[in-house]
This record gives sequence, structure tokens and C-alpha cells, in this order.
Amino acid sequence: MRAGFNAVSAWAIYKREVSRAWRTVFGTIISPVLTTCLYFIVFGAAIGSRMNDIGGVNYGAFIVPGLLLLTLLSESTSNGSFGIYMPRFTGAIYELLSAPVSVAETLVGFVGAAVTKSLIIAAIILVTATLFVDYTIAHPILAFVYIVLVASSFSLFGFILGLWADGFEKLQMVPLLVLTPLTFLGGTFYSIDMLAEQWRTVALFNPIVYLVSGLRWTFFEQSDVTIGVAFAATAGFLALCIGIITWIFRTGWRLRD
Amino acid sequence: MKAHIAAVTDPILKITCLDKTYPGRGAAPPVKALDNVDLEIRKGEIFALLGPNGAGKTTLIGAVCGLVRPTGGTIEAFGMDLKHEWRKIRARIGLVPQEMAVDIFETVHHAVTYSRGLFGRPADGKRIEEVLRALSLWDKRDSQLRMLSGGMKRRVLIAKALAHDPDLLFLDEPTAGVDVELRRDMWKQIDVLRELGVTIILTTHYIEEAEEMADRVGVIDKGRILLVDDKASIMTRLGRTEASFALNAPMTVIPASIAHEGLALSDDGMALTFRGGDGAGGGKEAVAEVAQRLAREGIGYSAIDVRESSLEDIFVKLVEDRPEIAA
Ligand SMILES: Nc1ncnc2c1ncn2[C@@H]1O[C@H](COP(=O)(O)OP(=O)(O)OP(=O)(O)O)[C@@H](O)[C@H]1O
Ligand SMILES: [Mg+2]
Repeated sequence: MRAGFNAVSAWAIYKREVSRAWRTVFGTIISPVLTTCLYFIVFGAAIGSRMNDIGGVNYGAFIVPGLLLLTLLSESTSNGSFGIYMPRFTGAIYELLSAPVSVAETLVGFVGAAVTKSLIIAAIILVTATLFVDYTIAHPILAFVYIVLVASSFSLFGFILGLWADGFEKLQMVPLLVLTPLTFLGGTFYSIDMLAEQWRTVALFNPIVYLVSGLRWTFFEQSDVTIGVAFAATAGFLALCIGIITWIFRTGWRLRD
Repeated sequence: MKAHIAAVTDPILKITCLDKTYPGRGAAPPVKALDNVDLEIRKGEIFALLGPNGAGKTTLIGAVCGLVRPTGGTIEAFGMDLKHEWRKIRARIGLVPQEMAVDIFETVHHAVTYSRGLFGRPADGKRIEEVLRALSLWDKRDSQLRMLSGGMKRRVLIAKALAHDPDLLFLDEPTAGVDVELRRDMWKQIDVLRELGVTIILTTHYIEEAEEMADRVGVIDKGRILLVDDKASIMTRLGRTEASFALNAPMTVIPASIAHEGLALSDDGMALTFRGGDGAGGGKEAVAEVAQRLAREGIGYSAIDVRESSLEDIFVKLVEDRPEIAA
């Protein structure tokens, strides 16, 4: 592989992927708004009114980071995976493979676009949430960095999924059977301190716990695990995904016959 | 054994001992799709790669364009080694795939603009317009690809491949599934490209296409290049003239006075058939000679049907007796 970064190519991929998202702008924007409202109606209003504050934070506000993360994970994963799976499926990937681009430009283009979409959705959710609860973000810059980090890692994770899947079922299996349960069990809507001792230990094996904790800390300065560990875990996951993708492009696995 | 292939000076593409074996999946055995392929392409020529289904044409193109990882051999393009200078090389190559593989919800203009950017060329609306106009796609520029006919979609694929002004263009069966009129149109487009100095390698099942377009023809079968030569020399080497005289009265034997090498009488004695020549006019002379002798001897005939063998005949012959041409 040759050094150098082909910015024109990366930009072309990015622009195209972003405009592809605009084609489905309705689903892109309306669906997170709708989901957020539903969660707030159910957890915030119906259940939240009977819940005590958690660590001095009103329950409605407490679930905002969790809810944000829930959507962020599923949106990033599906955007990342569909972007690369569709051209593989239709055969249009030939063009990318024959172009003078390496893994770096490809990732910046595809994953950059997926992250952009995730960030827009994150902003929409945060704005929608203000309709239901009052909350302030203690460390807005850190929160932003954290959200970018999570969106990037899971867009990359989705990208890997899109390369690995050889059918639509597989594409949807992982988010549905792995990601969603782990997210729900990962303290999105509760603090793992609320669990019994042995379950709390089990929960610490769930990587999502660290993500939720990290994000919640940037909001309310309180979390289940220390912020340093949470950041390290997220960054580690990001590095792992980049490593796997680089290997995939080197070997041509699932890309080149 | 390999077909003898004349060296090309300063080739734009040089393929040496290229091998590709697809690994077998499950019970399927591995497939040797390319077997020790040597090929050199001249700058500015149109080269037709001719072969039956599964011959390895698409695999060969894929190996050059980065879609297929060869299991052996080397590829050089523009004087650079593909392994190391793939970025520079790919930036100058365009590929029109055999299969219709596009994002059908994209508009024509978007699709073509994207291709130019993807290949690292700065945006150039004028150039895109030129390409679209040249392929009669300008009026359709805002249509989604799904709304275009198959032939139009194929043109979009060509426009996408041309958007970054490649020096070397691969057309994998450019006119498959395209009607006769559009095919002639496509040939015209290809001619325009040739005039611009683009080197073109096309694959085809249509013999007329190779005959019409190509400067040189390579015949490939079962992953092996059987023959590479100028179209005209292939005709000379293997071309045959076939002439049939429909006689007015049946004949039992060919009289000595009209006997000629390659002349044969049909079973029912109603037709004299000549087969021979070398595709360079010799055959036609012989036919004229036979016709004169018949006239001299007062043997009447009602019709002469003269036919030059096409590339198709040549190809069929090549594939039938491979040992002969491989020698
Ligand atoms: N991805 C693949 N995996 C396994 N075998 C393959 C693969 N692609 C092609 N082959 C096999 O390699 C051989 C050459 O195929 P290729 O597509 O290069 O032929 P072709 O000359 O382009 O044929 P056609 O004229 O039908 O397009 C065939 O036997 C084919 O079955
Ligand atoms: Mg083919």
C-alpha cells in the first residue's frame, strides 16, 4: 500500500453517502423523534412519576443519556452496515474496488457519513427530550466528543457487519439479538447500582454498561464506572474495529475473489 | 504449451504468467479461471478478447482492475508494477462491468459525478456534461437510473467509467442485451474514444463486434489465451473462402479439365463446392478460376454462393482443434 491520502475520493464517497441518507430523510429524522417521544411517554411520564431520583438526578433526565445511546448504537450500526452492504449486494461495489482508494479513504467516506447521520439524530433526540424534561449537560464538549466516539465505533462496527453479512437476516441478526439486549441490560434506563450484588458483577461484563456510564457522567457527573475506564473502553473498541477493517481490506476478505 | 505471441513494443498493459484459481466452496472443486496468461496491449489499440462463457474474460479484467486477486503472475500498466503502483494505475483505468450493477435510486448526473470524484479527479461540470452529451444521456441527467431502459443504463455505466478520463478502458461485453441499433451506436461511441487516444480492451461473444471494432483479437478458452493476432492476420492465417456452384445438370465425377485443389462434388451431383484460400484474396481468385473453367467447358450453373469465413468460424475451429493452434 502506498502512503498518502486521497481527499478528493474520500469526499466523493462521503458526499454520496450523505445524500443517500437524505433520500430517506423522512425515516432518518421522523423515526428517532417518534421513538424518543414514545420512550419518554412510557418511561419518563408513566413509570418515571413513580420513580425516585437517582443520585440526585430526576428519573426523566436520568434516562436521556441512556435513550440517546440506545438510538445512537442502533442507528450507527445500521447506517454503517447498510452503506457497504447494499453495493455488495447489488454488485455496485465493483467501482469502489477498482478505484484508486485504500481503506483510509473508504472509511472516512462511509463511516464519516454514517457518523454525520448519527450526530444529526443525536441532536434531534436531545432537542426532543427538552419537550419532556429539563436537563443540563454538565460537560457539553466532553459529551460531544463522547458521542462522536461512540457513533464512530459503532458505525465502524456496522461497517464490519456489512462486510460480514451475506444476507439480510445476518445483517439484522446482530443488532437485534446482540446489541439491543445488551443495551437494555446495560443500564440505559436504570443504574446498575439498583441491581442485586451478583447481577451487578455480571453487568460489568456488558461493554454497553461502560458506554452508558461514560455518557451519563458527561451529563450529570455521576456514573456506575469511572469516566476514565469508560473512555478507555470506548476508544479500545474503536481501535479494535479499525484494526479488523484494515485486516479485511488487506486480505480482501468478502470483497475481492 | 502456449500460443506464440509476438512481443509488443512499449505496451500500455503487460500481463505475464497470470494465474487465477478460485478456491472451491464446500463440495465444489477449485476452478482454474486463468492459466498462465501472457498478454501485451498496445497503446491506442482496440483489443477484443473473444471467448465462450466461462473462458476467463471477466476474471482477466478483474485481475487488472482490482476485483480479483491473482494467484500468480505479474501485471504492469503504463510501465508500472500493479502491485506497488496500484493507486496511480487504477486512477487511469476505467471499467464497464458485464453486469448491471448500480444504485438504481441515484440520478444519472449524480452517479457520473460521483465516479469522477471517486477516482480522485476534481469536480468538472463541463467535462461531465461532455461525457453525458457524447452518450446521449444529457436529457436524462436528472432521471433516476431505475427509470432508464437497459441500454440506457449500460450507457450510464460507460459514462461512469469515462468520467475520470481514463487512458485504458475495459468494456466487459458492452453490447450484451443491447438491440442492433444501439449496438451500432455503441460501436460509434467506441470509435470516438479511439480517436481520443483511449486504449480499449473489450470482451464479447459477438463475432461481428470484434470484426467491426478491433485492431487485434485475442482468443481465450478455459483460462488460456489460444491466439493473439491482428484481426487481418487471423483472417489470413485461418480464413477460408467457401463457394458453392449450383449446377444445372447433375454430374457424376469432376472432369479433369476443371479439377482444382479444394473442389468437391456434392453427393447428389448437383453442386460443386470449393473450399480454400487464405482469407487474403487467394480464395476468391481460385473461385474466379473455377468459374472460368466451367464456362469454358460449357457446364451450366444457376447460382454461385461465395462466403468468407467469419471470426466465428475461426473461433469454432480454434476451440475445436486447440493442439494445432497451440503448437
Ligand atoms: N467468484 C468466483 N468463484 C468461483 N468461481 C468463479 C468465480 N468467478 C468466476 N468463476 C469461474 O471462473 C471461470 C471463468 O469465469 P469468468 O467469469 O471469468 O468467465 P467469462 O469468460 O467472463 O464468461 P462469460 O462470457 O460468461 O462472462 C468460470 O468457470 C467461472 O465459473
Ligand atoms: Mg464475463
